[in-house]
Amino acid sequence: MNFKLRIWRQASAESKGKLVAYEARDISPETSFLEMLDIVNDQLTERGENPIAFDSDCREGICGTCSLTINGQAHGPQHPAAVCQIYMRRFRDRETITIEPFRAKPFPLVRDLVVDRSSLDRIVQAGGFIGARAGSAPEANSIPVPKHNADLAMEAAACIGCGACAAACPNASAMLFTAAKVSHLAFLPQGAPERTLRVLKMVQQMDAEGFGNCTNTYECEAVCPAEISASFIAKLNREYGVARFRVSSGE
Amino acid sequence: MIGKLDGKIPPGPLEQKWRNHKNNSRLVAPNNRRKFEIIVVGSGLAGGSAAATLGELGYRVKCFCYQDSARRAHSIAAQGGINAAKNYQNDGDSVFRLFYDTIKGGDFRSREANVYRLAEVSNLIIDQCVEQGVPFAREYSGLLANRSFGGAQVSRTFYARGQTGQQLLLGAYQALCRQIMSGTVEMFPQTEMLDLVIVEGHAKGIITRDLCTGEIRRFAADAVVLATGGYGNVFFLSTNARGCNVTATYRAYKRGALFGNPCFTQIHPTCIPVTNPHQSKLTLMSESLRNDGRVWVPKRKEDSPKPPKTIPEPDRDYYLERKYPSFGNLAPRDIASRAAKEVCDEGRGVGPGGRGVYLDFADAIARLGEDTIRERYGNLFDIYEKITAENAYKVPMRIYPAVHYTMGGLWVDYNLMSNVPGLHVIGEANFADHGANRLGASALMQGLADGYFVLPYTLPNYLAGQIGKRPSIDHPEFKRVEAEVCARVKRLLDVNGNRTLTSFHRELGLLLWDKCGMARNAAGLREALGKIPELREEFWKDVRVPGEGETYNQSLERAGRIADFLEFAELMCTDALERDESCGGHFREEHQTPDGEAQRDDERFAAVFAWEFQGNGRVERPKLHREPLHFEAVHLTPRSYK
Repeated sequence: MNFKLRIWRQASAESKGKLVAYEARDISPETSFLEMLDIVNDQLTERGENPIAFDSDCREGICGTCSLTINGQAHGPQHPAAVCQIYMRRFRDRETITIEPFRAKPFPLVRDLVVDRSSLDRIVQAGGFIGARAGSAPEANSIPVPKHNADLAMEAAACIGCGACAAACPNASAMLFTAAKVSHLAFLPQGAPERTLRVLKMVQQMDAEGFGNCTNTYECEAVCPAEISASFIAKLNREYGVARFRVSSGE
Repeated sequence: MIGKLDGKIPPGPLEQKWRNHKNNSRLVAPNNRRKFEIIVVGSGLAGGSAAATLGELGYRVKCFCYQDSARRAHSIAAQGGINAAKNYQNDGDSVFRLFYDTIKGGDFRSREANVYRLAEVSNLIIDQCVEQGVPFAREYSGLLANRSFGGAQVSRTFYARGQTGQQLLLGAYQALCRQIMSGTVEMFPQTEMLDLVIVEGHAKGIITRDLCTGEIRRFAADAVVLATGGYGNVFFLSTNARGCNVTATYRAYKRGALFGNPCFTQIHPTCIPVTNPHQSKLTLMSESLRNDGRVWVPKRKEDSPKPPKTIPEPDRDYYLERKYPSFGNLAPRDIASRAAKEVCDEGRGVGPGGRGVYLDFADAIARLGEDTIRERYGNLFDIYEKITAENAYKVPMRIYPAVHYTMGGLWVDYNLMSNVPGLHVIGEANFADHGANRLGASALMQGLADGYFVLPYTLPNYLAGQIGKRPSIDHPEFKRVEAEVCARVKRLLDVNGNRTLTSFHRELGLLLWDKCGMARNAAGLREALGKIPELREEFWKDVRVPGEGETYNQSLERAGRIADFLEFAELMCTDALERDESCGGHFREEHQTPDGEAQRDDERFAAVFAWEFQGNGRVERPKLHREPLHFEAVHLTPRSYK
């Protein structure tokens, strides 16, 4: 297969970027999207040009490193999938494919298609944990957790932290990401003691990073490779409301 | 000079060694802990849990990872589960049985005392992870669920869907985040360790490169902990993440740390076969699938190209069930891999190129229904369909072995300290617990055992004598090593030849897969040992590394890693040649039983091979040190799963 590519090139955060045209020739349909870019990069290297910088690591959809916007869609045309799980058989021969980075103000650009998503780490650092010191945990089966709650916690915890939700959102909101983490811990009895402060601090950090608010466009859910349901955002709002109430009522 | 290797195994009966050792270990008082700076390189299960736990204890920790977030370390990709001797199923499990299965699974090439300790602390890990909010699978009663895994006859594996590694890593990452917030841990993502600094014989710092800016920096500490994972990517194609590399441990080796059993690599039996020549990595299908899937190939090679459903039952060879009736499809990884290679070598393999075997769920679906299978393995079936465009509920999966894990690593004693004082090595990066073959669901157990429950107790044995001995980063040794790192980066960029990094890495990988993969022999290893130096020489003459050193440069990152693989490969083949026996994943064709199983030679090889780097920058034959393995609690038997 052959493809025409339009790829975002930008040497650094300070410099100006633009879409540059490339060609990918004789690509087998069994080639993954990122392997197609590997081939293009090897050809650029052989021609003495700088290869295109793009992020990837596990290449099996779990580490959340890859972060491309393909033809305007975060992670590309196939859902649910991270871009590393997309194969060229998904595209038409001779198709023109536009490749851009994840775009959101809290994800400053590093180079070409690589962005800095440390803002997501800072949201977790603000409170997305349970303070469990090694050595002080009770026997694991001493607190039974209803299967339904454990399953819901797992559904939320499946988030791979890629940031596609914010990149797809017209408001660059990270509500789905934050909701997933808050919900994961709120569904478990172990998460209860820190529940109130956790949600308040995480939401505060989310706002401080410059992420926008949710206006229910559901773009986040549509692109999420881990199929995190937007209903967790409702859960986040409830958690937040209750926490605000508890704090304001002096609890 | 390195004298006789001392594993520092505590005296006393096996089941009391760890307790006695803890009682006799030194302590660092809380007010002194903040005077110590600890460098932890790597943020996976081992590094993340160690950094968080040491931070919680009050040490000042600096944690480094090459990924853009600590949460992306490759532990995240582990699917199947984590073992523990909880015996929640009442099926006869115990600490001793977990210990015995692990040491037998490793084909009696690991230390009894280390493995027993691992089994002992396994239960604490489950308690700890549940308390952190890891959403393990549960039964309707609300109690934790278990499943069985290869190489064991009890159900002791805890799991979170097929994403156990992800959930355990997020637990460790969240604990790490808490310490980052409270200021005890400083995190350095996108920062790669490029060398180790040894001052007056002690590991006291590292040299790093900031992958975003290219800045080379010096960091001093009171102790250095490497948790940098395995070296499976030396084979080019493996189930490892693209960035996984040997650089940190190999650089430490070049500075004097011994490398233990480098030829012990694990080829995992259930991976998706290679489909195209530009493939960049292989994907694992969790071993847990073998609980319900049946492995087969056609009995006659003429049937191989036929669609599987047209091959009637009597014409199928369920070779694992046939050869290993008591373990069947749950035979350990090394054995299942070799059996797959054997049937494919006979021409009975299936799929493109004939390098594949079927993993068939038809019987399980008929017995349990598609919904049950979907609940157990749904995400794995989805991954399979994404990659192959085949629906495994309808047609059998095709699988083939692939490089997955490396049991070898830097040599450490019972305190997890290498022969270089101050240099500690944990998780996959050390050689300690899995012998010549790792059982499924044991890697997660080891990484977290080391980080949460072993290193925090053993590190003070070193630190207690080190108050006030941290050198300044202006020490001449720091400047000297930094200059060497800078020179190496410049040299890589200056070659400016014609060949791409991929072409070198792929050529090396194919050579190793062929000569030092699932089956090895002396002639092939000698051939590889002849070719590797030639390839390395060509690399330094003809590689092209585009871009500059002072910017974000992914080619330069890869170049450094591939250059180290090109040296490390030689060490691996040297070790494989020297170990003139078969054991676990190390199958020397010269040494097999009449029915084709690995034939150990306990008389000569019940020992750890620890290699010492020789030469000043040149790669010469390393010096071998042997640490004999003594077995008191277990009897060395031929490892049978029949």
